[in-house]
Amino acid sequence: MSKSVGRSVPRVDAREKAAGRARYTDDLCGQEALVVKICHSTIAHGYVKSIDTAAAEAVPGVVKVLTCFDVPDRPFPTAGHPWSTDPSHQDVADRLLLNRHVRYYGDEVAAVIAQDEVAAAQGVRALKVEYEVLPFVLDVQKAMADGAPQLHEKYQNNILGHSDVRRGDYEAARQEPGLIKVEGWYDTPTVQHCHIENHGCFAYEEAGRMVVVSSTQIPHIVRRVVGQALGMPWGKVRIIKPYIGGGFGNKQDALYEPLCAWCSTQVGGRLVKLECSREETFVSNRVRHAIRTHIISYVRPDGTLVARKFESFSNQGAYASHGHGVNAKGMNAFPQLYPCPNVECDCWTVYTNRPAAGAMRGYGIPQAMFAGESHIDDICKAIGMPPLEFRRRNLMPVGYVDGFSKNELYHDTFNQCMDKGIAAIDYIKKFEAYRDQTGPVRRGVGLAVFWYNTAVWPISLESSSCRMVLNQDGSLQFQTGETEIGQGCDTAYSQMVADAVGIPLEDVHVVSTQDTDVTPFGTGAYASRQTYIGGFSIMQTAQALRERILNIAHEQTRMPVSNLDLVDGQIVRKSDGRVLKSLGDLATESLYSLEHSQHITAETTAQIKSNAYSFGCSFAEVEVDIPMCKVKLLRMVNVHDCGRLINPALAEAQVHGGMSMAIGYGLSEELKFDERTGKPLNNNLLDYKLSTFMDHPALEAAFVENPEPTSPYGTKALGEPPACSGAPAIRNAILNATGVAIDCCPITPHVLYRKFKEAGLIEE
Amino acid sequence: MYDMKALYQAKSVADAVALRLAHPDAQIIAGGSDVLVQMREGKRAGAELISIQTLDELRGVSMEEDGTLRIGSLTSFSHITRDPLIQKYINVLGEAVDQVGGPQIRNIGTIGGNTCNGVTSADSASTLHAYDAIVELTGPEGVRRQPIGEFYIRAGKVDIRAGELQTAILIPKESYENCYGHYIKYAMRSAMDIATLGTSVNVRLSADKKTVERARVAFGVAGPVPLRAHHAEQLAAGQPVSLDLAERFARAVKEDINPRDSWRAAKDFRLHIAVESAKRAFIESVKLAGGDL
Amino acid sequence: MEKHEIQYQTVHFNLNGKDVEKTVDVRASLTDMLRNDYHTLSVKKGCEVGECGACNVLIDGETFNSCIYLAVWAEGKRVRTLEGLMGPDGELSDIQQAFIDEAAIQCGFCTPGFIMSAVELLESGREYTDEEIRKHLSGHLCRCTGYENILRAVKKTMYKRLGREMPKD
Repeated sequence: MSKSVGRSVPRVDAREKAAGRARYTDDLCGQEALVVKICHSTIAHGYVKSIDTAAAEAVPGVVKVLTCFDVPDRPFPTAGHPWSTDPSHQDVADRLLLNRHVRYYGDEVAAVIAQDEVAAAQGVRALKVEYEVLPFVLDVQKAMADGAPQLHEKYQNNILGHSDVRRGDYEAARQEPGLIKVEGWYDTPTVQHCHIENHGCFAYEEAGRMVVVSSTQIPHIVRRVVGQALGMPWGKVRIIKPYIGGGFGNKQDALYEPLCAWCSTQVGGRLVKLECSREETFVSNRVRHAIRTHIISYVRPDGTLVARKFESFSNQGAYASHGHGVNAKGMNAFPQLYPCPNVECDCWTVYTNRPAAGAMRGYGIPQAMFAGESHIDDICKAIGMPPLEFRRRNLMPVGYVDGFSKNELYHDTFNQCMDKGIAAIDYIKKFEAYRDQTGPVRRGVGLAVFWYNTAVWPISLESSSCRMVLNQDGSLQFQTGETEIGQGCDTAYSQMVADAVGIPLEDVHVVSTQDTDVTPFGTGAYASRQTYIGGFSIMQTAQALRERILNIAHEQTRMPVSNLDLVDGQIVRKSDGRVLKSLGDLATESLYSLEHSQHITAETTAQIKSNAYSFGCSFAEVEVDIPMCKVKLLRMVNVHDCGRLINPALAEAQVHGGMSMAIGYGLSEELKFDERTGKPLNNNLLDYKLSTFMDHPALEAAFVENPEPTSPYGTKALGEPPACSGAPAIRNAILNATGVAIDCCPITPHVLYRKFKEAGLIEE
Repeated sequence: MYDMKALYQAKSVADAVALRLAHPDAQIIAGGSDVLVQMREGKRAGAELISIQTLDELRGVSMEEDGTLRIGSLTSFSHITRDPLIQKYINVLGEAVDQVGGPQIRNIGTIGGNTCNGVTSADSASTLHAYDAIVELTGPEGVRRQPIGEFYIRAGKVDIRAGELQTAILIPKESYENCYGHYIKYAMRSAMDIATLGTSVNVRLSADKKTVERARVAFGVAGPVPLRAHHAEQLAAGQPVSLDLAERFARAVKEDINPRDSWRAAKDFRLHIAVESAKRAFIESVKLAGGDL
Repeated sequence: MEKHEIQYQTVHFNLNGKDVEKTVDVRASLTDMLRNDYHTLSVKKGCEVGECGACNVLIDGETFNSCIYLAVWAEGKRVRTLEGLMGPDGELSDIQQAFIDEAAIQCGFCTPGFIMSAVELLESGREYTDEEIRKHLSGHLCRCTGYENILRAVKKTMYKRLGREMPKD
């Protein structure tokens, strides 16, 4: 029955986007909108003592000035997680709309509403904010120390969360004679999502309800958070999501929707818009957690892992957002990826006076893979074993089942993926050839694998709803609560719907704009869940729709349902294959029937209580110019097993994007802060070094397609995995080229200069 | 929308001079890629602007009778790179400004703006210093010419006096004739970046290509303003072409440069890169000049 | 605060082949004018300081980030946006179609800017190497595609226009 799934059909929204007609949030906002600009704190930690608003209010065009002294004292959470009715599982509610206690340089202290952006900006500049300055802390481990500045009263030593894993007896096992101890500390940076469309939203009241149009990944969650923040019944909030210019996890948070909505309520429900500047996007939205990881491995000379210790310290920044879940996910990968009988893992998530960290593509896994996969190559260097051999020997074996999630490795995915990558890049030969080079310019190849799991079950709810509405011509509209943000799920869903219902792809119309008034409930775009989770509700709803259609076909044709089928938009008699009528004729007759008029629709909710591993690897080849302290990436290959590909061309494109993000993570991207003030130093696209067109080699993506048995479409996560293993592959390639083991990313020239000097490769 | 108090659009150079005198606090805007960005940041918010953007008389490259190359101050980077006179006589300048930002920035950015903003990282500046460029300024008293080394006063401050605007950059014939140069932009990525260090070297070899007659080297971001490394230049002058000379020349640049520690790069790192870049740019320049080493 | 006198100026220019004029606030950027006064909404705002390329348009045949270009400077110029690439019956141009065919579009926010830079390259009638194409498009940032399929789309269209077979890698 598969006609659409598995084909590289063009995106359903490609034409609108190529024509420049796709409407994003700002394109939809009326020009009469009042403009909100935020006054951000210019200290990293302290209290606002007073705000003199007189000069701002006197600026021509300024309509209203709102400060942290005006907001309701009603803390709310922002993370794009499903709500839990169990209070102990609810997200930490540590946000206010505007803050008297400011916790990072850039915190929101006031908002100016004006007739235009210039007046609003002038109003912000005219505010006189007086602070009581407190000491601040940027470093994650210093923030945990006794006596460190405290950010939130309830969290002693700033520890937002701690969790652990214990397996076997680490202390006893490491006493075994003859073991080789390998220890490393690995640091990953604060980075930002850098979707090209900044977050923005606009809000207005209509019929006593609050409407917010927003660039968000999670409309139904934002609805709940706006309700919580404003103390408004959730049914009085309506969120509309148009086309989105990328999200990557940043927009998997309620960002400024609550503040924008509240501003509207303060000007009588008028239309107000709040657009983030790029500078604000970097600092006052969300960032990726910088995580410092400490790993100790005790290994036998033959490469057997005997005992391992893992500690990771996640820099949460000022507010909880997604909080501890990110670091916990990274830690949980550790004992699974390379099973070892004796393991001690601990992870901490700690508040600091930095921008709040939230979800970002990979959700803790890029950090964990940088540390873990760098460490594997450090073990290999210590025991003199080729990295490939070590991985083949120690990686999660086929048949492995995780006790908590019940995820199972059904196929020999790791070896299959590595084999493809090895062949593509000629890894084995090059690894040997590059081992002992001399001279200023050297080459290297590196390998890293990654662990990822799809969706959030069993940690949180996984629920997806879908609605299908048949038209008179036999075509249909469908909606899900899972969100198109640029990644392509609307297209994949359309393909799934076509096959599951039994109609041609051109008869499937996705409703891309989501509106919480009419879009069935779903929690949005995150956790690489869309194709996997959405597949369940699409399949289930398609079956319900088919059942209705075939029952009506029975009424209209008098053939028993058991002898009817819907194939390619035609009602077919199964016994002889004869086409009895078209679906269009059936639908028209049904709708306009004077005896029994029926509008043919279906809507179901699927709750998903499974999850799926999604694994793969990266290979990198680099050229290192030692005197210039520069790395040139010559080749990069990613291989993924994300189950059956719904749309190979879009899958490949998505892998390219993730690889690009991994390249930036490995080599150039880092949001930096002034140690003396906590001020962000490079929160713009010039000083923050996102890879440009000229910083990439050709990106090569390959797939191993082992169908995922738990998915109705055999599919599983692909959105985030491509960003997970590229950075350590580059790091390990540099190790192969130079013998220098780098302990942090991004591996910038500054880092290489320091490390090459230590290694004696360049002179003082 | 920009927070600007007023916009005065000059219709000619004379008009621009008159506007400068009438509005002494106003900022000149040429391409806008610096001024508008600063205005949006709030640094120049509320300022008055004198736009010279439409003064086409200040665009283009020409050769004066005595062989001086004249680059109109509003000539965009991309036009400099594509200009046949530049390609023939001072190709390194075209190559240097071809590394500014990205293509759109090179279409709007002007060599006048690049030098008048007085920043040490400007990609044109080190090469202009290395070629002893002359800055032409037009003011109420007429035209004034000034060596580029004296034009830069301190970081962000150049010698433009009341009523003046920069109208051209001049490269004397003696300065470019038989000279071959190479520019190395050291940056953190391959496009859309500002230089961590800019190194521009040019050499003139003897007729038999065996001896360095003259070598010049200038840096951006090796001090508060672009600067020349005279010790290295003197060391190389009259010396036989060799790899050893390249090494010694490169090490000697440390006598003159003084990069600082900043969040963008540490001083010792910049010093290291300056030496390595000087060596590589020297070798490349010698090769371009027909030398063998 | 002193009352600001708003300065207006009438700008006459050619937008996508049509002579137009509009009286604008001199403080407006070309992006502001194109979006607010002409509703050419393909011109996107990604940074407003010339670093991302989302607002890129062609002015007299050269690419410019319209966010850092004053609207009044457009006087007498020929300005082209993505909207101007479509045929008389709304048909897509070859380069737009190539972006669709090569899966070079994901979120689509950077797409119009990229396509306008590609147009400048394609209309030069020259053949470019991969490295030259990369350089020509390096004033645009994209977070979704890794640039890979954008390169393919531009290259494929270039060879089609040159009437030549695309060389195999």
